[in-house]
Amino acid sequence: MTSTADVIDDKLLQKRLDKAMFNRRLRAFLLVLPILLFLLVVFIIPIAYFLFQGIYDKTFSSIMPQTTEVLSEWDGTSEPTEEMFAALAADMVLARENKTIGKVATRVNRDKPGSRSLFTSTARKVSKLEAPFKESLPDVKDKWNDIEVWQAMKTASRKFTPGYYAAALDLKLESDGSIVRQDEKRRIHMILMKRTLQISFLVTVFCLMLGYPIAYLLATLPAKTSNLLLILVLLPFWTSILVRTTAWIAMLQAQGVVNDLLVFFGITADDARFSLIYNKLGTLIAMTHILLPFMILPLYSVMKGIPPSYVRAAKSLGATNWTAFWRIYAPQTIPGVGAGAILVFIVAIGYYITPALVGGQEGTMISNTIDGHMRQSLNWNLAAALAGVLMIVVLSLYWLYDRIVGIDNMKLG
Amino acid sequence: MPAPKPLVQFKNVQKSYDGKILVVKDLNLDVETGEFLTMLGPSGSGKTTCLMMLAGFEPATHGEIYLNERPINNVPPHKRGIGMVFQNYALFPHMTVAENLAFPLEVRKMSKSEREQRVKRALDMVQLGEFGNRRPAQLSGGQQQRVAVARALVFDPDLVLMDEPLGALDKNLREQMQYEIKHIHENLGVTVVYVTHDQSEALTMSNRIAVFNDGVIQQLAPPDALYERPENAFVAQFIGENNKLRGKVADIDGDFCVVQTAEGAAVYAMAVNVSQRGEKSTLSLRPERVVVNPEPGSVPNIFDAEVLELIYLGDHIRTRVALLGRDDFIIKVPNSADHAFLAEGEVVSVGWLQQDCRALDA
Repeated sequence: MTSTADVIDDKLLQKRLDKAMFNRRLRAFLLVLPILLFLLVVFIIPIAYFLFQGIYDKTFSSIMPQTTEVLSEWDGTSEPTEEMFAALAADMVLARENKTIGKVATRVNRDKPGSRSLFTSTARKVSKLEAPFKESLPDVKDKWNDIEVWQAMKTASRKFTPGYYAAALDLKLESDGSIVRQDEKRRIHMILMKRTLQISFLVTVFCLMLGYPIAYLLATLPAKTSNLLLILVLLPFWTSILVRTTAWIAMLQAQGVVNDLLVFFGITADDARFSLIYNKLGTLIAMTHILLPFMILPLYSVMKGIPPSYVRAAKSLGATNWTAFWRIYAPQTIPGVGAGAILVFIVAIGYYITPALVGGQEGTMISNTIDGHMRQSLNWNLAAALAGVLMIVVLSLYWLYDRIVGIDNMKLG
Repeated sequence: MPAPKPLVQFKNVQKSYDGKILVVKDLNLDVETGEFLTMLGPSGSGKTTCLMMLAGFEPATHGEIYLNERPINNVPPHKRGIGMVFQNYALFPHMTVAENLAFPLEVRKMSKSEREQRVKRALDMVQLGEFGNRRPAQLSGGQQQRVAVARALVFDPDLVLMDEPLGALDKNLREQMQYEIKHIHENLGVTVVYVTHDQSEALTMSNRIAVFNDGVIQQLAPPDALYERPENAFVAQFIGENNKLRGKVADIDGDFCVVQTAEGAAVYAMAVNVSQRGEKSTLSLRPERVVVNPEPGSVPNIFDAEVLELIYLGDHIRTRVALLGRDDFIIKVPNSADHAFLAEGEVVSVGWLQQDCRALDA
């Protein structure tokens, strides 16, 4: 005799299981739905849209549709034709009426610096011009004969463009679609990116060096004392970053507390005070201080979980204090070191407010440049491309970390 | 023949953690070479503290500990050369079993070939020869336990300390491991100091047992002496099952005495811990030494008892009776061919020999 369980075929069983699990899954989904919607609306969609701007720019093509069309047929090297001039003139008349010519000027100016006034001043007179435009336009401005202007327009007319990502990597998109290195003096983003990585790395190392002993102390002291110390660690964590950063300004500036003490103890002369802030050093000091809890907390939680019997066992087996620490204790704290390091590094690489306030010229980071493009030069596309590059760097480091240490090994608390 | 020198000597050792309470009070203890000595006691009795002082993880507040006649109070743990098995094994989770075992040899700067040879021998000893490449987490509790024992022995220490090493195992495995550790001890001749709160474990394995309570050794004796001849009420109660009767010494004559209970009954007992008439005393009597329906006159102590409860336990029937004003008096009636069949509520006569009843301190 076969039991009923044997009679049920696999598919039916799976169906019954699915049905039984459906309500549970639905409940789980409904529980996360509010935050999912919230994140989608205020976080994921805006960020996706913003990042999309790094490769998508329709400023030129939407304002200058006729020019865009004829430019797409132009080979980029031969002399511009009357048809191209006529399309340009017609688009400019419309753009002048719609007051959008400034946007076009700004857009082309990015690829051909110095061509902004060419557009704005020509646009003022373009409605009075007559054919052949191939002659009347250069009459207004001689520069219309410059083929580089036309090449810049061709580049600007691309809706989907690798140009901004190229610019973010100090490369330049040519009108024929090739990509070359930016002029030597305009290569600034890679310097900034290197500096950002360097500062983040150093901050991570300093945090580890300062945080490891503290975390060890916290994990080994009796609960009463360690709770007090833990509050001291967390207290700055709960204080506004702005407050802490400005406190460092008060501490480190030329007339600040540290320099006053150094002068008082005769370590430096009053007229040769150290510049501890508004440079890279200032950024390093302030960021290390601010990010220290991100290192201490995961380390502490991992160390707390290591029973003292391991080190005791090592000692009973004949290991000196140093061997017991290095061979037995330290390897077991790796998950904490990894978690702390990756946390500090990722937070540091996108750090903004502290370098902006204490970084001066040489201590600012890539996020400050992104901010500059968003608020001053209004080049959101480049800002998006820079942010995209930053994200790719972070993700690839994360991937590297996963390959070497393993994300499963990470313990955040 | 001169007496062999003890391997370990505690001399007037005291220990206090907070400067107010003594956890270990004036401990004097000799551990002979090659013996299996168990420190047995309830938690907080100071037994683990003693072990930690011997291992070097806790300094003695007062007194001196000698190892091979050398004072070791100022010798750091790693120079004492004492193997230790910890309560939760403390196997290094990031190393394989073989690496765990090789660790003490490595820090002793042994050559690679000798290391491998010794690791193999130690693994074979605990029947884990095939498990060298596993991580501790991939082993069962019993296997981890064996690795911990092997690691504590692999560098041939004279002395091995074990701190409740079987506490985390289930009952069957624990009993099996007790025999294995006992056999390893017998085969290697190593000296073992073992800490446990489990009396059956102590009885199974030890040559001698030191019963700790309140920071003092209550009795130090071989297992049989401890069970059969407890010297005070604590040991009688702590080791094995015990019936207590309270009373005052009515008469005393050498090794024998008569104790009168509150009900006025006179119980003939051995004078162990009493010295004069009128002294308060607790009588200790093992449940299996009580005879049901004895021949009148065959034993000096015969009383009437009312059967309150019968629990069938296979090899014996645990019988709770009301006797001499106590309702927690236990009798173990062996399940033998001609055993007495009792019924709840029945009144029977029970009795015991004078030698089986010990008059101890109050």
